[in-house]
Amino acid sequence: MRPLRALLRSVVCLLVLASAPADAVRPDEVLADPALEARARGLSAELRCMVCQNQSIDDSEAPLARDLRLLLRERLVAGDSDAAIRSYLVARYGDFVLLRPPFKASTLLLWLTPLLLLGCGAILVFANLRRRSRAPAPAKLSPVEKAQLAELLKHESADPH
Amino acid sequence: MIVETGHYALVLAFSVALFQTILPLWGVSRRDDGLIGTAVPLALAQFFLVLLSFAALTYAHVASDFSLVNVVENSHSAKPLIYKISGVWGNHEGSMMLWVLILALFGGLAAVCVPAMPQALRAAALGVQASIAAAFLLFILVTSNPFARLDPAPIEGQDLNPILQDPGLAIHPPLLYVGYVGFSIAFSFAIAALIEGRLDAAWARWVRPWVLVAWIFLTLGIAMGSYWAYYTLGWGGFWFWDPVENASLMPWLAGTALLHSIAVMEKRDALKIWTVFLALLAFSLSLLGTFLVRSGVLTSVHAFASDPTRGIFILVILVFFIGGSLGLFAWRAPLLKPGGIFAPVSREGALILNNLFLTVSCATVFVGTLYPLVLESLTGAKISVGAPYYSWTFLPLALPLLALVPIGQSLAWKRGDLLGAAQRLTVAFGCGLGAAVLLLAAVRPGPTLGVLAVGLAIYLIIGAFSEIFSRLRGRGAGGARQWVGRAFGLPRSAWGTALAHAGLGLSVLGLAATGWGVERILPLHPGESVEVGPYQVTLIGLFPRQGPNFHETVARVSLAANGQIFGTLEPSKRQFTVRQMATTEAGIRTLGLGQLYISPGEQNGDGSIDLRLYWKPLVTLIWGGALVMGLGGLLSLSDRRIRLGAARRARNNRRALTPGQPQPAE
Repeated sequence: MRPLRALLRSVVCLLVLASAPADAVRPDEVLADPALEARARGLSAELRCMVCQNQSIDDSEAPLARDLRLLLRERLVAGDSDAAIRSYLVARYGDFVLLRPPFKASTLLLWLTPLLLLGCGAILVFANLRRRSRAPAPAKLSPVEKAQLAELLKHESADPH
Repeated sequence: MIVETGHYALVLAFSVALFQTILPLWGVSRRDDGLIGTAVPLALAQFFLVLLSFAALTYAHVASDFSLVNVVENSHSAKPLIYKISGVWGNHEGSMMLWVLILALFGGLAAVCVPAMPQALRAAALGVQASIAAAFLLFILVTSNPFARLDPAPIEGQDLNPILQDPGLAIHPPLLYVGYVGFSIAFSFAIAALIEGRLDAAWARWVRPWVLVAWIFLTLGIAMGSYWAYYTLGWGGFWFWDPVENASLMPWLAGTALLHSIAVMEKRDALKIWTVFLALLAFSLSLLGTFLVRSGVLTSVHAFASDPTRGIFILVILVFFIGGSLGLFAWRAPLLKPGGIFAPVSREGALILNNLFLTVSCATVFVGTLYPLVLESLTGAKISVGAPYYSWTFLPLALPLLALVPIGQSLAWKRGDLLGAAQRLTVAFGCGLGAAVLLLAAVRPGPTLGVLAVGLAIYLIIGAFSEIFSRLRGRGAGGARQWVGRAFGLPRSAWGTALAHAGLGLSVLGLAATGWGVERILPLHPGESVEVGPYQVTLIGLFPRQGPNFHETVARVSLAANGQIFGTLEPSKRQFTVRQMATTEAGIRTLGLGQLYISPGEQNGDGSIDLRLYWKPLVTLIWGGALVMGLGGLLSLSDRRIRLGAARRARNNRRALTPGQPQPAE
């Protein structure tokens, strides 16, 4: 499976790159302030390289990814917050740029399915376990039943067919 | 001539598969032993025909027969032999051939192994297996014929994609496909059991080894693929939550759940209906994975338009088998009687929780993979679901599951004692907690989640063996010699379980250690040095080199620790001549369990080269853990009670026992 992914990725990215392969995060992009640079890396790991196959701009070698990396570093240096940069990019490229989709009506099921399934599954399992653990109860006879059984057995032994 | 023979054999295999679908199932419904008896020879014939066909295609690739479209598009006469062979499945048509070959191989194995099974059940299962084979053989013949000729034949081929020219291609797809397709046996037997309306612990005993085999290969295949991506793609990532990776992860999660529930079914005759459902699910997800990858629907929804026949054909196969099997399940499952009584706190109970978490995490991956496709086709809105989504959804599901593993192992079957289990795990828990606290004190401020994961991993590794330990201690005291003797006396499956769970812990440890990785990105001039974690890397120089079908620029670096040079690495940038594509060959040196990883980038005008250098402590444990998991599976498989054919010996043994004599507890 992976060869295909690698193949697709290389085809898509290299077509865009033509014959001048660049690199993910090049030395000239790195910010001098380590705190800002760490924020930049964190942000870019959550942003999609839109011309690539499911790659973040942090990983991607495409020129577009480099442009975005430079852009968000510019905004960081200018003092923008992470949220401001994200919403700026969403305004430009749409939700597609976010690798973590926003929580809204159209992604409700995406985010809630795991929780719903876990809840429903837990209820089912609980109900099932209760039924199962209740099942052995008939194994214990009530005193009345015991007496009846003793009676029956007495008859059996006394009156063999 | 050889090529025509291969093509003909493929057509013949299709018709044999059709007969193998119809005759045995007809025989089962009419209780006709003659028709039932056709299943085994037909399954073997089908396998040998597909094998012949595959061999013919391999011959065409090795001999560089450029009159075949498939060879022209994916091969080159100057390509090294290993890539000529592995190139057979390095393309769409060939990989489908490999898929069908493995499917037929499993059918053939099911025909000759497991001799003690009722003939009707085996015949029905082989019939179902053949129906899958027929569908995919038809798919190959109609939409993806690897034997299509080209006239006039060109002098030279277009070469294989350079990224695929790697030993990984020789190993990864076969491993993965054996895993994927191996679940077909469980699927076929589940359908057969539903048709027959009979399902008991014996069924689980027959099917369990097949599930185990598939699981072992899938585990190794995924790990191998992950390592391949790690060393090929040039920045040291090993898992991307890419849809194509998810396509292999989903059957693995379902298969892992199946592996655990079928053990419950075999031992305790419980969870029968659920186990059948998981058997259907695991292979359905394999089919879905094949569809997602092979139809091209994942590249973009529009890839359908470029070759709609393939995508729609597989979609029809998918709907038929998944829909049909689930329909049959809904119809017949209520007829199956549930069995096996157990208390909520018991190993069965813990394994149900295991199944709950595994299936929900599988569903999470499913939703994450398909949601963007569905949303786009319904509303046109485009969203991306990437790694951060899974960190928010998959990880919270995985962590409690991991914490549960040693507890489940420490609980007794039928009725467990939570307090006793906790006592048995005191050492494991204490070690995990101690490691986490020590680390936290040492590295603060550091990656908190990493610290937590290290503690969890150590608790997992030690906890994996606590069951073994308590079983050894439970048999009384004694000297070291007695202990060793007892250790050898324990069933291999107990060791297999412990090893597989410890392997999981090792993988978690490797993942946790990524938090302590060191990354340096900078340009280096020849002669300049840089510190990477505990090591010093010096660029010696850049020089060109010629390969068989590429030329490359090599950046030779020396590696040193405390000023002592201990080796060199030669990461390079390759340029493939035929396809005009560049690849990056990272330089990797394994030091202890960690790795130095050096990836070359752009050459600059001033004579320097951009380098990305990483020190990745304990990183090899990520894949080493998977190897240990596979080894644990293998050890379990070698257990005489699980081994293929064990049923016959068990029956013989039972015959030898006096009636009424209790069976051994385990």
